[in-house]
Amino acid sequence: MSRLDVAIRAKRHAGAAADTLGELQFSAESGDFLAIVGPSGAGKTTLLKIIAGLDPAFDGAVSAGRDTRVGFVFQEPRLLPWLNVADNLRLVQPDLPDALIDAGLAKVGLPGAAHQLPLRLSGGMQRRVALLRAFLIKPELLLLDEPFISLDAPTADSLYDVLAALRADVMPTTLLVTHDLREALALADRVLFVSKSPARVILDHRVALPKPRHRDDDAVSQAHHELMSRHPELLGGLAAACPKPEAV
Amino acid sequence: MPVAKSAMPGSVPDAVIRSASLLALLLIWQLVALRVDDPLLPSPTAVLASLFHHLTAGELLHHLGVTLLRVAASFVIAMVVGVAVGVWMGRSKLANNLFDSLLVLMLNLPALVAAILCFIWIGLNETAAVIAVAINKIPTVITNIREGARALDQQLLQVGEVYRVPRITVLRRIVLPQLYPYIMASARSGLALIWKIVLVIELLGRSDGIGFQLGSFFQFFDLTSILAYTAAFAAVVFVIEALLLRPLDRKLNGWRA
Repeated sequence: MSRLDVAIRAKRHAGAAADTLGELQFSAESGDFLAIVGPSGAGKTTLLKIIAGLDPAFDGAVSAGRDTRVGFVFQEPRLLPWLNVADNLRLVQPDLPDALIDAGLAKVGLPGAAHQLPLRLSGGMQRRVALLRAFLIKPELLLLDEPFISLDAPTADSLYDVLAALRADVMPTTLLVTHDLREALALADRVLFVSKSPARVILDHRVALPKPRHRDDDAVSQAHHELMSRHPELLGGLAAACPKPEAV
Repeated sequence: MPVAKSAMPGSVPDAVIRSASLLALLLIWQLVALRVDDPLLPSPTAVLASLFHHLTAGELLHHLGVTLLRVAASFVIAMVVGVAVGVWMGRSKLANNLFDSLLVLMLNLPALVAAILCFIWIGLNETAAVIAVAINKIPTVITNIREGARALDQQLLQVGEVYRVPRITVLRRIVLPQLYPYIMASARSGLALIWKIVLVIELLGRSDGIGFQLGSFFQFFDLTSILAYTAAFAAVVFVIEALLLRPLDRKLNGWRA
């Protein structure tokens, strides 16, 4: 639906002593699934905010404009606790008929949850709602900011399937940032490795494994192992960052 | 024993506990009044009789109605202006810098000074009375709501920003629900404060209302009537609290349960 071109020369937060992002250039074809992998604190969230148009104060250009429909899934589900699931979905897409909401919820494995309050749902269930919310606007560009972090492996795997099912209908150009290489290999067609801050691309790796994939598939484990042994110096910081899940 | 179970602390109805302290106060008052037997300390039963007299033969209902209207008008003005300015000052650094000193001044302006100035500048009329009361309340509402607006959850606001939710929807669905606890607190303390100030202003510059009546009774040292009016007044406050504020609180904060 929409090609993504990113050409950032530098990004420095107001008052900061050093750049958060360095020279960062990449493109994604329409419908591509791109993962950006880097150590915690590499400025990955900053990059997503720039692409989403939330942060105009940077040096460079990105192709997504104010007219691009952007779906954004955050690290935490970020549902409004005082609205039920249906009203949370209607926040981004008003006038959504009940039938579509019910169909969407059934698709993400939450049939009949329309009138539940978010706090009554488990973390994994809230993330399903957050994923559905991002897809209800029929996004041309989907930005995922470590949305599966701090979930146990089976829950994460089931959410990968939900994401794949939702993507099949809309096929948005998708950008996932994560510090979890397994997750990137399980989901993306292409993985870009970025250095620690100021972030720049240090490796562009195409993933040519059959789908659907999950975290602990043999193929994923093998690709993970190969990458780590072929580029120990580039990915060293990543290995150290991998095991510790971020607090939510 | 069958009595033991209903006497467990957990099973006493809330309403009984809520009214226990009031009943105790009435009882002590009655006993002391009987003992001193002085017209300057009328007993609760005498006050009740006087209340009945003022209700049926006197003008209590008329004056109570007038005062209630003034309270309602001042309350609405103070809440609307206070919430609007409070949100603005909480969200905009410029607005906060502009108005902060003024706010401190207004917070510390004595109610009497505001009333006198309003009556002199606007005239001895209804508008002046209502504005004088509102001016006393607005700064405290602003201060409360500003705290709430500063504590808004940035992460939820960002959801509205990313999905380009219209401003009015952001206000209604994301901002106001986070401000409800602050608004309710302001409404509660506001109602109490406004009651008190309205009476002073009626005493000072109006020829009707409960404050005016209390002034007249004071001239005759008619303590029984003063307490009867106060009781009528207290009853209204309890009704508003029970029928309006508490149900509203439950409705707005139901999702927390």
